[in-house]
Amino acid sequence: MDLLNNLVLGFATAASPYNLLFCFIGVILGTLIGVLPGIGATATIAMLLPITFQLEPVSSLIMLAGIYYGAQYGGSTTAILINMPGESSSAVTAIDGYQMARKGRAGAALSIAAIGSFFAGTVSTILVAVFAPPLTAVALRFGSPEYFSLMIVGLVSSVALAHGSVVKALGMVVLGLLLGLVGTDIYTGTPRFNLGILELSDGLNFVALAVGVFGIAEILRNLENEHDRDVMIKKVTNLWPTRQDWKEMTAPILRGTVIGSALGILPGGGAILASFASYTVEKRISNTPGEFGKGAVAGVAGPESANNAGAQTSFIPMLTLGIPANPVMALMIGAMIIQGIVPGPNVATEQPALFWGIIASMWIGNLMLILLNLPLIGLWVKLLTIPYYMLFPAIIAFCSIGVYSVNSNVFDLYAVAFFGLIGYGLAKLRCEPAPLLLGFVLGPLLEEHLRRAMIMSRGDPMTFLNRPISLGLLLLAAAVLVVVLLPSIRKKRDEVFVED
Amino acid sequence: MLKLFTSLAATAAIALISGSAFAQGYPERSITMVVPFAAGGPTDTVTRLVAESMSKDLGQQIIVENVGGAGGTLGASQVAKADPDGYTLLLHHIGMATSATLYRKLPYDTLNAFEYVGLVTDVPMTIVAKKDFEPTDLKGLVEYVKANADKITLANAGIGAASHLCGMLFMSEIKTPLTTVPYKGTGPAMTDLLGGQVDLMCDQTTNTTKQIKGGTIKAYGVTSAKRLDALPDVPTVAEAGLPGMQVGIWHGIYAPKGTPAEVTQKLSGSLQKALKDPDIIARFAELGTVPSTDAEATPAGLKSKLESEVTRWKPVIEAAGQYAD
Repeated sequence: MDLLNNLVLGFATAASPYNLLFCFIGVILGTLIGVLPGIGATATIAMLLPITFQLEPVSSLIMLAGIYYGAQYGGSTTAILINMPGESSSAVTAIDGYQMARKGRAGAALSIAAIGSFFAGTVSTILVAVFAPPLTAVALRFGSPEYFSLMIVGLVSSVALAHGSVVKALGMVVLGLLLGLVGTDIYTGTPRFNLGILELSDGLNFVALAVGVFGIAEILRNLENEHDRDVMIKKVTNLWPTRQDWKEMTAPILRGTVIGSALGILPGGGAILASFASYTVEKRISNTPGEFGKGAVAGVAGPESANNAGAQTSFIPMLTLGIPANPVMALMIGAMIIQGIVPGPNVATEQPALFWGIIASMWIGNLMLILLNLPLIGLWVKLLTIPYYMLFPAIIAFCSIGVYSVNSNVFDLYAVAFFGLIGYGLAKLRCEPAPLLLGFVLGPLLEEHLRRAMIMSRGDPMTFLNRPISLGLLLLAAAVLVVVLLPSIRKKRDEVFVED
Repeated sequence: MLKLFTSLAATAAIALISGSAFAQGYPERSITMVVPFAAGGPTDTVTRLVAESMSKDLGQQIIVENVGGAGGTLGASQVAKADPDGYTLLLHHIGMATSATLYRKLPYDTLNAFEYVGLVTDVPMTIVAKKDFEPTDLKGLVEYVKANADKITLANAGIGAASHLCGMLFMSEIKTPLTTVPYKGTGPAMTDLLGGQVDLMCDQTTNTTKQIKGGTIKAYGVTSAKRLDALPDVPTVAEAGLPGMQVGIWHGIYAPKGTPAEVTQKLSGSLQKALKDPDIIARFAELGTVPSTDAEATPAGLKSKLESEVTRWKPVIEAAGQYAD
């Protein structure tokens, strides 16, 4: 059997002591940078590129891949402990994960995130190994009309992110969409809302925005009320999930894995939606939607699984087409080219050891991550006991380093400070930052795909209805709207979304 | 701390292989080479290959720093403002010349803000289409495109990108405006070309060679003077009747205005040596390009290239009427 032979080749390659070492270095580094707020996988991989010159191509790619999914594991740690998401996926984890931490359940939240990530990583690695080529064919059928309709589904569902007033949540989504408009119009080159500042010509930096409205705003709130944090530390109970937690997390992990794997395959921005989509689904089908936003186990387990599954399957377009689905993949392609391997549709046949070695290393890396992370949870939770007057300057320093390292641009630091103040103001008004970030992420994609679809159809909006996948997605969006508006369900919803 | 650690590790790694670090005078410490684009892209790749080879020769590490944004003008303006001591350099491509017209307001004066080190390479472009596109050769393509101008879509990777420039040139050569579809970068544009969502594109061989060889897209011509070793079956545009389409994405190394001539000369000599490195020649060949000659890899060679290219692209861009600011 071909697949079996290939997997044997892959594991033989990935399990050589040399490659195991680099896999280990990769996941350790990834976990570290994931834990340090603001420093992302992209910046780290960019910094490490020169070192990879000296390594075997397979080893260097195994290491870089390890950094990437290691960072996905580690990223949830800061989101849960200090409400500081470093990327869009962990912004969702912060909603319920941080609330769990505030209830003294930081350890359980971290374990749930790690277990969910491991399960999702395992399943999606198998998916990559078995179905990469046919899945690629499906992904290529997604043109701009399909992406537009997909983003509509995402936007319609975004109201589920709110656990306070729905009107305020919608307001935050719109504000996010508007912030997403800053930058250069890609179709005409016209600068928009850049206030004459050259640094804004490519738009606001996501990391700066997220660190500002979530992390810095939270620090300001904590400084205002030190009492809250004392509660958080004193109430630390068990580090591991209880039997009840296991019962609550199993189904969300399974669903999150499916959602994340499916969205991760789409190179045009599907993976971004993975954790948001999972959160929405969990909240919709939950018997206790009122728990969401107050520390629901499903609100951590589902999105974390979805996010990790999406991270793994986003390797598919790179491995089968040589096309990067995100900036990290672009860097890995750069690393391959520097090594003399130009990635393209034939990598699997021309470089079987490389191709299958990377796939096998993903599973090995995931295994290493869970073995590494579970024992570390106790340590992370102890971090919370550091006096806040020592902790918060360190957090701010690391954030600044991290945000600066994204573009080597001082302007981004001003943006962090500015959005920290904005985020503080929003918190005072009881407006939540998660819908704002979703709007910010989806807005530019929505516009880009809408306008591109219209250009290609020469102005005929029927293109969204004539294409079956797009039509299906729009019907799904309509169904979600109907569910939201149906009177009987509305009654229930009103109970859920009352202002607290 | 991590950044410090990694740069220390990188320095150690480079120092190990470079061996003798006993350079006299310049350079006495590491040099920063700014790439005005994201890490991992084609220009970044060229820079890292050349920087690694030049580091060995100079005995000091050249650190590649990616300062992306605003079509490369952010990175260029940062270097224009840097100290002219030879420790900050810029590796930029054809965009250095085209942004002089694409941007009506630039924070630096393209022709007077820099000293020149030399040309690095000239990457040819390929005219490619989705794999089931009807025409069989470039002549057929031109006829087909002219006959179906209202149905054809032409992709590019955003305003100012190589594919945008080449697309403008293609339309002006065949005197037929087409519906252009901009993307955010080459990746998504190529994805849509592979999926058949868009019909045509003209892009650097760095991005297209593997896809052409893999049979996932169709190639109609290369914009170089000679056929490429990497793609021997693809005719040149001149052979196929479009001699005006000869265009390349040339890359050059610059230093801030006022950098001493001895320094740029020394760097230029080091660049010439790097470009004869068999490793670089092999990697460049895989990307479908060749290193610049000794005559081109000089301050004078780059200066005249920049000046002639600013002049060449001005009317093309003004005719298209699309500006980046």
